[in-house]
Amino acid sequence: MDLTTPNTAAACGKSSCTCASSKPIPLSDSMPLQDFDYGTPQSLSETAVTLDIDGVTVTVPAGTSVLRAALESGVNVPKLCATDSLEPFGSCRLCLVEIEGRRGYPASCTTPVEAGMKVRTQSDKLQDLRRNVMELYISDHPLDCLTCSANGNCELQDMAGVTGLREVRYGYAGENHLDAKKDESNPYFTYDPSKCIVCNRCVRACEETQGTFALTISGRGFGSRVSAGEDQAFMESECVSCGACVEACPTATLQEKSVVKRGQPTKAVVTTCAYCGVGCSFKAEVKGNEVIRMTPYKNGQANEGHACVKGRFAWGYATHPDRITKPMIRKSITDAWTEVSWEEAITYAASEFRRIQGKYGRDSIGGITSSRCTNEETYLVQKLVRAAFGNNNVDTCARVCHSPTGYGLKQTIGESAGTQTFASVAHSDVIMVIGANPTDGHPVFASRMKRRLREGAKLIVVDPRKIDIVDGPHIKASYHLQLRPGTNVAIVNALAHVIVTEDLLDETFIAERCEPKAFLQWREFVTQAENSPEASAAITGVPAETVRSAARMFAAGNNAAIYYGLGVTEHAQGSTAVMGIANLAMATGNVGREGVGINPLRGQNNVQGSCDMGSFPHEFPGYRHVSDSITRALFEDAWQVELQAEPGLRIPNMFDAAAHGSFLGLYVQGEDIVQSDPNTHHVAHALSSMECIVVQDIFLNETAKYAHVFLPGASFLEKDGTFTNAERRISRVRKVMPPLAKYADWEVTLLLSKALGYEMNYAHPSEIMDEIARLTPTFSGVSFDLIDRLGSVQWPCNEHAPEGTPIMHVDTFVRGKGRFIITQFFASQEKITHKYPLLLTTGRILSQYNVGAQTRRTENVQWHDEDKLEIHPHDAEDRGIHDGDWVGIESRAGNTVLRAVVSDRMQPGVVYTTFHFPESGANVITTDSSDWATNCPEYKVTAVQVMPVEQPSDWQQAYSRFNQTQLNHLHNRQTAVLDGATAK
Amino acid sequence: MDLDNLITMANQIGDFFASLPDHEEALTSIAEHIRKFWAPRMRAALLHSLDTPDSAALKPIVREALTLNRARLEPATV
Repeated sequence: MDLTTPNTAAACGKSSCTCASSKPIPLSDSMPLQDFDYGTPQSLSETAVTLDIDGVTVTVPAGTSVLRAALESGVNVPKLCATDSLEPFGSCRLCLVEIEGRRGYPASCTTPVEAGMKVRTQSDKLQDLRRNVMELYISDHPLDCLTCSANGNCELQDMAGVTGLREVRYGYAGENHLDAKKDESNPYFTYDPSKCIVCNRCVRACEETQGTFALTISGRGFGSRVSAGEDQAFMESECVSCGACVEACPTATLQEKSVVKRGQPTKAVVTTCAYCGVGCSFKAEVKGNEVIRMTPYKNGQANEGHACVKGRFAWGYATHPDRITKPMIRKSITDAWTEVSWEEAITYAASEFRRIQGKYGRDSIGGITSSRCTNEETYLVQKLVRAAFGNNNVDTCARVCHSPTGYGLKQTIGESAGTQTFASVAHSDVIMVIGANPTDGHPVFASRMKRRLREGAKLIVVDPRKIDIVDGPHIKASYHLQLRPGTNVAIVNALAHVIVTEDLLDETFIAERCEPKAFLQWREFVTQAENSPEASAAITGVPAETVRSAARMFAAGNNAAIYYGLGVTEHAQGSTAVMGIANLAMATGNVGREGVGINPLRGQNNVQGSCDMGSFPHEFPGYRHVSDSITRALFEDAWQVELQAEPGLRIPNMFDAAAHGSFLGLYVQGEDIVQSDPNTHHVAHALSSMECIVVQDIFLNETAKYAHVFLPGASFLEKDGTFTNAERRISRVRKVMPPLAKYADWEVTLLLSKALGYEMNYAHPSEIMDEIARLTPTFSGVSFDLIDRLGSVQWPCNEHAPEGTPIMHVDTFVRGKGRFIITQFFASQEKITHKYPLLLTTGRILSQYNVGAQTRRTENVQWHDEDKLEIHPHDAEDRGIHDGDWVGIESRAGNTVLRAVVSDRMQPGVVYTTFHFPESGANVITTDSSDWATNCPEYKVTAVQVMPVEQPSDWQQAYSRFNQTQLNHLHNRQTAVLDGATAK
Repeated sequence: MDLDNLITMANQIGDFFASLPDHEEALTSIAEHIRKFWAPRMRAALLHSLDTPDSAALKPIVREALTLNRARLEPATV
């Protein structure tokens, strides 16, 4: 590893980077394994300071440390406790320098540059001092470099070399830590205290980067040791296994178990995480085609070098034995599967679709695109449905999560997307989090938010549960509006009422930027007494004074930002609540600059992308309605086929139509509707009524148990393409191993399309993106080349914004003037009754992801191996329920059984569970109540009763039998006898 | 299609737009929403029910909107 030249060129790659490299270098597929470490964080000051380092003139921003200034100009001052993701610490004393006119040997990491400074980085005295420091370190350190897991990638090793250490004059007979026991409790990394040099990087990373504060140093002086929790094993402490400490550790002390087992990787490729909507940039570090580890990429704009347990460690599912790698077909779901060649499977699927259309009509089949597959892949599936199927029956998982965002934001501000970057939160003064649990669902973004809160920004949380962010290490919500599920619109109206009646409106902004008539109508509506906090209190359960204080705080903030999630959208009034949120932002002038905005925390890695790509029954790519004849003509011309002008079926409508016999064929790519959609009985019944279900996925998921054709899919490690995160940021996904089943998902869609008689030709996903760019004004400047050059790009990206658009609606709204919309509160049809007196709400946690198909097949099950029902102590006591008891949960849709957790995070009258395990049957209980505008299911509000039980529910027993039968159909599958041409 | 479900959905749409002060605007908005987001078979089923007692649960504002805009909402071919 070459340390003599700072790899500045490869380390940056952003055209806006202020490091000393002369020009950005495109990200090629293969990256240097180690990114250059500049020692201390970059300063964003606009003032330049010029100084002299070893006789060379250097100019850097004010606030830069002398250490960083030296490193940026190619002078590698030794360092150990300094790293550029963390504030300087000044403990190792290796980075000492001599500064003319100053006494002694200051640490360059804690010394800011000053104009005219003259620095000397090397001298006899500095040499001696540094060598003495190393001597002390090595006097209490194992000497097993050659067999150590960090061999070749150890900063201590490097510094021993640089300082010229030859002997340890203290000898090795004295007290030391060499016998310290390893902590292997965490499934992904080892903590070996015998190698620890107490540089504190891990402690600081857990504080500054992650914000969990799980680590500290216990003891003093020689006795100082890193302590997780209170000298506990890592797994027992508050550690959330984000890996920031492992990333920061300069030695083998905190090391990935995969590196210990397999050795150091030999190649790195930058790609994007396939879990949540933060879309962290990772370096997939491999040996051959084997992934050794995933490390967060420093220059990733969404995550800037941070990650969470899922993206960082839970990627082993890609090579899990459950992976299906050969296509399979069967005539009926009561038959065992038969493995067949790709050709036979595709031909069968295509012929079945055409047969069904021949018998039942052109509109009797449809497709569901995957929000986990790439933009190019989802574009192809909606193109296949429109051009090859000939209808608009295409939808995506956004239906069940953020479709209300799409509708609500389009109506109010003109674009179906969030307005900011994640980095924008660093400029917020007041942060309102509504119906989102970022520490669990968007952890890397939550770390950014927590950093800002520790700096003094204020927090308002609107959530029925006392989620972690309400009261955590060094952060506390000023106001927690703990409302009853289903009352978001009432609370939003109450907040608006206060802002209007107490004269807290931003009149200038409204006058300049918003439609006057709509605003006046809205103002009159919101002023009504029924929308006051006092009147709403009875509905929401939140005291009027809390609402008033929160509203005042929000309106008074210089920069106030709203972040919201599925706790807003998955409601009967989801779209209404989104519009209410937009109203609040416009009313207080909080749109169009850093630190403010309307921020939907979108769930999946590419749900934003699949929406952008037109995976909707009513919209072409770029959110243009299918009835818009100009747009339709554009696509008809490009695709050389006539396209339908009528909207197609949404996913819930597909099920209804299937149950009524008018929808009989479905092509599902990477989506598990049986597990994730509400009212499982209804979904299962619908699927059982269909004649041909084609599932394309990496595992045999719940939906595949109802399928007739199984096409093996590819994980994100096996293909090229792009994902778009919640910031509208389009990033590259790069292949690190060949697809296990031979084809990447986009190639499979091409095969199917060709077999249907509509041939599409693309040699590489970049050509698909080029076509998207030609046909979509907001994407017209996007290309793989551009993304390689810039690292990532936020749409809109076109001639108005050639390098993308970080903050939207800066001068005007996309629709011109912002539109206030009246948001009257209506109670959900899901009401509590005598029979069902509690409200069930659902959510996600940190370690498991959505339906759990990926995370259940990793060691993350050690944190969460079953879904449990959280219930408030009063409700538990009323029913004789104790912690750990089995309880039956019943709604008008069905019932299931879970283990109970008694928790005061809940409020009386509200229970909560997750949906990560199919056998939990969480969706057996959720109903068909849905958003009025988009049919987004009301997962967050289900009226239930909870009682102690002795045995699993009827559904669970039936599911258990069905599941076993289907697994037998898989295990007993006929393996194909394949000729050479089609064998894998 | 499940008519009860369609009527529930239509009523929810009606509730939302009924809050518009301008009644004409409300009627147009209801019809527009259904035209833009409902597949032909859903619209056909709902419109067909207007003439039958099955649509008794339909709210007056929705009935008015559908009746006024029937021609536009009727699918060309089902």
